[in-house]
Amino acid sequence: MTTTQDRPAVAKEIGQERRRKEDQRLITGRTRWTDNIVLPGMLHMAMVRSPFAHAKITSIDKSAAEASPNVVSVLTGADLGESQGVLINAWAITTDQVTPTHLPCPIDKVSFAGEIVAVVVARTQAEARDAAELVDVEYEELPAALDLKKSANDEVLAHPDLGTNKSAFWKFDSLEAGTGSSIDEAIEKARTDGVVIEREYRQQRLIPAFMEPRSTVVDPTGEQITMWSATQVPHILRFALAATTGVSESKIRVIAPDVGGGFGGKLQTTPEEWLTFAIANRLGKPVKFTETRSESLMVAHHGRDQWQKLTLAADKEGNVLGLKVDLLADLGAYVSLVGGGVPVLGAFMFNAIYKFPAYQFNCQTVLTNKTWTDAYRGAGRPEATFGIERMMSELAAELDMDPLELREKNWIKHEEFPFTTVAGLEYDTGNYEAATALAREMFGYDDLRAEQKRRRDAGDKVQLGIGISTFTEMCGLAPSRVLGQLNYGAGGWEHASVRMLATGKVEVVTGASAHGQGHETAFSQIVADRLGVAFDDVEVLHGDTQIAHKGLDTYGSRSLVVGGEALVKAADKVVEKAKPVAAHLLEASVDDIEFEGGRFTVRGTDQGLAIGEIAAAMFSAHDYPEGMEPSLDSEATFDPVNFNYPHGTHLCAMEVDTETGAVKMRKYVCVDDIGTVINPLIVSGQIHGGLVQGIAQALWEEAVYDDAGTLVSGSFVDYLLPTAADTMNYEIDHTSTPSITNTLGTKGVGEAGTIASTPAVVNAVVDAVRHLGVNDIQMPCTPERVWKAVNGVGAGGEASTEGAAAAHFDPATGMEGTTDRTTGGTQA
Amino acid sequence: MIPAPFEYLAPTTVEDALAALAEHGEDAKILGGGQSLLPVLRMRLNAPEMVIDLGKIESIRGIRDDGDAIVIGAMTTHAAVGSDPLVAEHAALVSRAVDHLADAQIRHRGTFGGALAHADPAGDLGAPALALGAQFVIAGPGGTRTVAADDFFIDLFETAIGEDEILTEVRIPKHTGWGAHYEKFVRVAHQWPIVAVAAAVRVEGGVIAEARVGLTNMGNTPLRARSVEEALVGVQATEDAVREAAGKAADGTNPPSDLNGQASYRKHLATVLTRRAVVTAAGG
Ligand SMILES: Cc1cc2nc3c(=O)[nH]c(=O)nc-3n(C[C@H](O)[C@H](O)[C@H](O)COP(=O)(O)OP(=O)(O)OC[C@H]3O[C@@H](n4cnc5c(N)ncnc54)[C@H](O)[C@@H]3O)c2cc1C
Repeated sequence: MTTTQDRPAVAKEIGQERRRKEDQRLITGRTRWTDNIVLPGMLHMAMVRSPFAHAKITSIDKSAAEASPNVVSVLTGADLGESQGVLINAWAITTDQVTPTHLPCPIDKVSFAGEIVAVVVARTQAEARDAAELVDVEYEELPAALDLKKSANDEVLAHPDLGTNKSAFWKFDSLEAGTGSSIDEAIEKARTDGVVIEREYRQQRLIPAFMEPRSTVVDPTGEQITMWSATQVPHILRFALAATTGVSESKIRVIAPDVGGGFGGKLQTTPEEWLTFAIANRLGKPVKFTETRSESLMVAHHGRDQWQKLTLAADKEGNVLGLKVDLLADLGAYVSLVGGGVPVLGAFMFNAIYKFPAYQFNCQTVLTNKTWTDAYRGAGRPEATFGIERMMSELAAELDMDPLELREKNWIKHEEFPFTTVAGLEYDTGNYEAATALAREMFGYDDLRAEQKRRRDAGDKVQLGIGISTFTEMCGLAPSRVLGQLNYGAGGWEHASVRMLATGKVEVVTGASAHGQGHETAFSQIVADRLGVAFDDVEVLHGDTQIAHKGLDTYGSRSLVVGGEALVKAADKVVEKAKPVAAHLLEASVDDIEFEGGRFTVRGTDQGLAIGEIAAAMFSAHDYPEGMEPSLDSEATFDPVNFNYPHGTHLCAMEVDTETGAVKMRKYVCVDDIGTVINPLIVSGQIHGGLVQGIAQALWEEAVYDDAGTLVSGSFVDYLLPTAADTMNYEIDHTSTPSITNTLGTKGVGEAGTIASTPAVVNAVVDAVRHLGVNDIQMPCTPERVWKAVNGVGAGGEASTEGAAAAHFDPATGMEGTTDRTTGGTQA
Repeated sequence: MIPAPFEYLAPTTVEDALAALAEHGEDAKILGGGQSLLPVLRMRLNAPEMVIDLGKIESIRGIRDDGDAIVIGAMTTHAAVGSDPLVAEHAALVSRAVDHLADAQIRHRGTFGGALAHADPAGDLGAPALALGAQFVIAGPGGTRTVAADDFFIDLFETAIGEDEILTEVRIPKHTGWGAHYEKFVRVAHQWPIVAVAAAVRVEGGVIAEARVGLTNMGNTPLRARSVEEALVGVQATEDAVREAAGKAADGTNPPSDLNGQASYRKHLATVLTRRAVVTAAGG
């Protein structure tokens, strides 16, 4: 027996339920959040924000603020001039997109409530905030473009100088693209001898509501200017700063230390970052800005906000013939970093898992005087999935078919993969039958249907509904060439390097930028298996452009499927470099060297060396092959050839109290096919969290503005985020058809739960009361909307949310409050 | 969120607190558990120059049996009220209301007196206090006075407590042996009620002998549904029998319209929730 075989087999790390390395520090908060960073002589900023949605700035009197204790400087847009730089849109979806200039601090006009009009710099944060109240700004109010549909008609202009609110019109047509037939013919045919379902759905405005408010610190005192920021995108941030401020990219270091969540909300380059950068440079001192929760809700970008007009054509047997999508998407006041690209990502997903012969997608992006919108978990794909999954259920109802059977009739069969869709994407792997069969069994579908029937027959006050969402998504952003074709401003590759330390430890550097996902743990597991080293011996470094010099950051469920693959490639290069060294030290031929479980052995002998021993030998470099560099360190950049297509079947049972309209979740089952699972515990966490966010869109969350353009749901009292008390035990499981676009066979999971769950819940609520004449309830499905729909009061629960916030704090004391200009609150 | 600057005092006796209040007049604000006052200060909706913290005054914290009433000190936390056996036995309606008030963290800081003094019409304690006929003991420069629940709540965020006064304790007449239920309607668990109904009933031989019903968030103050109470007397404690009386719950109310629901919907809810509260209270 050889020594190699004597060693206990090293358990594979991939597939293990490892507790996350990062949890201790993230959960206790004893870590380097940006706001925890304190530098010598650091100054603090507070923003003066507009209370008006649209107004001319007629004058700004800074004198009282300047005279306030320990105020160092009060600066307006005019004072900052060009030094403030400009905020970019990285994805003009059409070449003639109308894109308003986006200054961090505008000079003569504000375009949404909460926009910055002046900045106060003081020695403490409290002094800065006190002084901000003393800045006296005079405005001349302008009519504001608020309602999306009206704004699309240019009734009131958000930016009068542009002459229109219509930013860009983006179209995909299967006939023109050669991926399918004519949508008009399909609809016409269905009108004569089939069925046509026409619906209009509202994707309400949402607020990403990450746990850590955004914070930025800039230290201009070294050779490089260092910016710490609570961002998902340190690399993109550095690039954009250099591109818009004239400072050399090589003089800027961006650090995203531990970041407390993002959900797309920190996939942004922000006015606050630009102003901190400009002002720190101007004053030559470190400067910090940390937003309050009120500011975060009001001005950190919002998500969704669309009207979707959908036309689905089918024959009488339920075979789909065509789908036409007409979207109106609210950009808010500016076209932000990804901006109009978010709804366009949906263009490829409305056809979902179904074999539509004809498809057309039209999207009009619209400027309004509201907070700008951008990516929010799922970005474009939840909207699309909601639209199609609601429509498939409507079609089933129209034809009186079981909604699962209708879906199965139309979806891509497992033996048909790889499959090129009517939107032009090639789905590599999948098995919708397998996921659905398992989900159906776990859910007890037939029993619940029987119970539903019993309740209907008995006329129970509490009715039961079953909702289905058989979703797929495109994730792992993304193939650079595809992004190029879409006119996106960057690529989609990812970079990684592996450093073999002298002590046998391994440092892994990734360009992905975790902000709570668990990359450190999952990536350690991958490297531990690949190099045969202990999990605890792997250290994952990220989020600092001087350490991870190359990267495209974390969003779009890309870190594992793109960044993880870069890591695999870098690790494999280390092994390749180590082989000749092993051969040299073992006095054998390279061809006879085998690598397994972290050991290089000579075939047919018991001689071997651990990879750590080779790393140590290369450190001392006393004896290594001629003509070779004394290093095992390696790097790799990976650019995928395709997206990645996780899918799953989500089944939801909802109870609806017809007396009050209250809805209650009874059961939620999901079976997701995400290919190979690296860490089941992390995956469960991603799915649970994702589900809650998607369910919250269906039932609770909505950013509401009043007629003046003020955000009414401006605190967590009125913007209803669920807590653990509002959730239940979601039953999750997996089937697996490994992806063939990366070595590990993984598919993204970061957004799956959010994308899939929203339509499952709404389908269930509607299903519970469909027999009472209801075929739609607008999101969020509030008890009042459900009750109105059931009772035929108002238009089937379509009414928009109205009214003021409940005043639990406002007049509390009978004393005059001061004006909080830092939150853009209307003046007292 | 950082409040505007203020001075801070933490007296140890009611007398000292009253003296401080007298000295600083309308520039001063009383701090109970801070669960409403601190958000107000931090959002800069108010900027008192002096904050007088009652947290160190032991004499107004705790619960005692006082013959025909249970006496709850103003500075007793919601959590302490919720877990108190005396309250559970003699004023179960209060226990039920506290169970679902805000979340656990807030229940451990917020106070019984602070919540009632704050007089948010959506607050969960007003309706039970009103329904059980609580007495509010208020200390001021001229001594102590007692105000009946019916006279305590004046308007939105306004009570009978004068600017120079402090609520020291609340006396709740014993309702030993009464069934009680607080039916709170919310969208998420940590929310103030959209509407809630507090019901206590004394059932004799399956028939309601006496009933007390309070409504939360159905007007500018907590309300007592007297017409429902009267209609319930002599009624069987069953759902169908209670339905008609509960149908009167919205009579004469003037609920708000806000993001969580329009007034008309709240009126509808009041009737359904009243029926459910009474039936549950009666053990149905
Ligand atoms: C997120 C959140 C959710 C909540 N949800 C609910 C809910 O669902 N139901 C509910 O009922 N409440 C809810 N509350 C409010 C909570 O009950 C508070 O505890 C209560 O409103 C105030 O009590 P406090 O002791 O914290 O008073 P404070 O905040 O300290 O004071 C409130 C007001 O009362 C005055 N005051 C306090 N004590 C006295 C006194 N002894 N004499 C005279 N004046 C006094 C203060 O000057 C101030 O004006 C919630 C609060 C928060 C922050």
